[in-house]
Amino acid sequence: MSADKSMWEMDELRLVIGAMLILSGATGLLVVLPYQLLENVRPPAGLKPYTVEQLAGRQSYIANGCVYCHSQQPRDIKQAPDFSRGWGRASVAGDYAYDTPHLLGTMRTGPDLLNIGARQPSKDWQLGHLYQPRAYAPGSIMPPYPHLFEIREGQAQAGDTVVKLPPAFAKPGEVVVAKPEALALVAYLVALDRTYPALPQPPKTPNSAEAGKQAR
Amino acid sequence: MDLTVGLLLGTFLLSVLALFFFIWSMAQGLFGSGKSAATEIFARNEFGIVEDPAATDREKSELQDAMDPGEQYYEYFDALMLAATRERMAARRRLRDDADHRTLADQSSAGVVGVCLTLAVVWLVLASLAGLISSIKLHEPDWWVQVDWLTFGRIRPMHVNMVAYGWCSLAGIGVALWLIPRLLKKRLIGATYALAGGALWSTGVFAGTVAIGMGYSDGLEWLEFPWQIDILLVIGGALVGFPLWLTLLRRKVKHLYVSVWYIGAGLLWFPILFVIANWPGVHFGVQQATMNWWFGHNVLGLWFTPLGLAAAYYFIPKVLGKPIHSYNLSLLGFWSLAFFYSQVGGHHLIGGPVPSWFITIAIVQSMMMVIPVFAVAVNQHMTVLGNFRALAYSPTLRFIVLGAMMYTAASIQGSLEALRSVNNVTHFTHYTVAHAHLGLYGFFTMVMFGSIYFIMPRVMNWEWPFPLLISLHFWLVLVGFAIYFIWLSIGGWLQGLAMLDEKTPFMQSVALTLPYLQARSIGGALMTLGHLVFAAHFFAMGWKFGPTRLGAALLNPMLLMRVARNRAEA
Repeated sequence: MSADKSMWEMDELRLVIGAMLILSGATGLLVVLPYQLLENVRPPAGLKPYTVEQLAGRQSYIANGCVYCHSQQPRDIKQAPDFSRGWGRASVAGDYAYDTPHLLGTMRTGPDLLNIGARQPSKDWQLGHLYQPRAYAPGSIMPPYPHLFEIREGQAQAGDTVVKLPPAFAKPGEVVVAKPEALALVAYLVALDRTYPALPQPPKTPNSAEAGKQAR
Repeated sequence: MDLTVGLLLGTFLLSVLALFFFIWSMAQGLFGSGKSAATEIFARNEFGIVEDPAATDREKSELQDAMDPGEQYYEYFDALMLAATRERMAARRRLRDDADHRTLADQSSAGVVGVCLTLAVVWLVLASLAGLISSIKLHEPDWWVQVDWLTFGRIRPMHVNMVAYGWCSLAGIGVALWLIPRLLKKRLIGATYALAGGALWSTGVFAGTVAIGMGYSDGLEWLEFPWQIDILLVIGGALVGFPLWLTLLRRKVKHLYVSVWYIGAGLLWFPILFVIANWPGVHFGVQQATMNWWFGHNVLGLWFTPLGLAAAYYFIPKVLGKPIHSYNLSLLGFWSLAFFYSQVGGHHLIGGPVPSWFITIAIVQSMMMVIPVFAVAVNQHMTVLGNFRALAYSPTLRFIVLGAMMYTAASIQGSLEALRSVNNVTHFTHYTVAHAHLGLYGFFTMVMFGSIYFIMPRVMNWEWPFPLLISLHFWLVLVGFAIYFIWLSIGGWLQGLAMLDEKTPFMQSVALTLPYLQARSIGGALMTLGHLVFAAHFFAMGWKFGPTRLGAALLNPMLLMRVARNRAEA
């Protein structure tokens, strides 16, 4: 009986040890190693941290699930024509130094947005496009976001940001006013601009490294 | 030699070495107990006797005829009869022991299994409706836009999370709770805790889904539930996991059947994945993206796949009344699945801002996945081989065999999608969405349907009241899913080609998908209709509609007589 018992326990032991070894191997490779390699990546000189309003807008981007249709990771020219579509150079890890949670995305039902601020810096355009995408991009299948706006009959009040819609989409006698969430979201979108040069290669020869130190 | 090629070769060599190690260990009997374990699922008089509680009496006898147990079972049957005459008392006692074990096992789990599966069916219906709404919104963007929680970017993750954590997880947990006591011939220990765990888990899914609807999302795919709510799932999962492991440690059987390996490992893997992935304040930037897909892929490979395969490995041989083709092959499949699948997540980031070795490992291991997939495919196909007629008479088998076939298809497709040349086209397109549904719907959900059809009559002691509804459910979801998968795959592929062509304006890659997206909505509507039929039938059974009652869980005199008759004819 006792011999049997120990053999029984062996099966579970193998299961636990084998399963744990394999999972820790994979976790080491895919989670821990990238953590250590990327921990010290510095933001490129051209990248500014987000402002409070931009961060609020980023939260709105998450809340409304923009990531399910838009990626934020232009690919290399050798792989895809992302650059010639105006989506920007291939991104590097440093470009995401301030991006937590990450919003790399996995779908391109709509275009890549990592450089939308450089491509379309007009806040009026962005606001109107969020209110009714098809007023600006015929054939678009992006949903409108009426809950980010308020419709007022008559005149706007002082301090209101009125959305300037194309005449065909504006209704007479009412104005569309952007709520703070919409303004924050647009502030974030317009700030999406990684057109600065990617991090320069680190100096290769000891001389140039020293020269770098002296210059500092 | 450049670094990438070196890495590629190195990873490949390591994988092959690992594979040889698994095969060697198998030969040494290090990982399992060989052939005898394959027969653990049968009671002593059950060899060659079919079982499908979801089949009608006529289907059952047709099924038995279709099986033609073969010489070895007749010999076994003869031996059993001989033993019964020679040592009648002893034989009777053995039979009664087996019957008692199984009846006790089934009774001990019935309550909690019934609750988990009922909750799962409710989540299936809600998730389907959310999926259908998302699908329609992609081609009718101005439909139903006034309600903020119905916007595409919220209802889509609500759909995914209700499917993954509501339907799939609770169905998988329910099936595991039912299988473990049966396979270990032991009462389920701590069923009350498991019941509380299932309820808490479901509460967490509800809270998380509402949070997404209100715009409180953690922002990562597959990990949207706010981490505070994830705590409910962790506690609920632990309350289900501990009773299962306690039962496992006090088992009455000598050998662990392969399904137990899968379930036991899945129950260990999932909590680790889930806790690491959701831990707040640890992950950042691109590292978080690598973690995201380590989790996103492992939740499929190390949670849903083990639960689905565990069910398939139990029900296919059980319904047919014959053991699995090769028990060793099934264990090789288990260990190689664990090893290769756990490292493939990086293929979701091909072309992204991640180190090249990260991608290389993912691509190599994605190709190595062919090995566990073939192990499962050969094994399950060889078990069914020669008995395909049985599919016509067993509703359980119809769903599960179809699911097992789609597991093979989904896995091979997944391996191919990891190749750079294919990935270039399919990445960022609806093709990936179609592939995800082949895995989680074509494989996992189909296997769960079949399992629930088998299990619920044992849980309720009541037969499915309207057998025609089972057929209706089957054909609705099969046709619906075929439309969904085929058209969305074609549309996604064309979308990918258009996006790769520099001269094609981006908007054209959107416009050309519209007819395919509409076809997907039609397929999705049929699937949803099938789920409504299934749910209605499920609750009709719950309220004990229909005329019939079920016999004992073990002995079926009618089938025993039929085997004797077949024997006489042979």
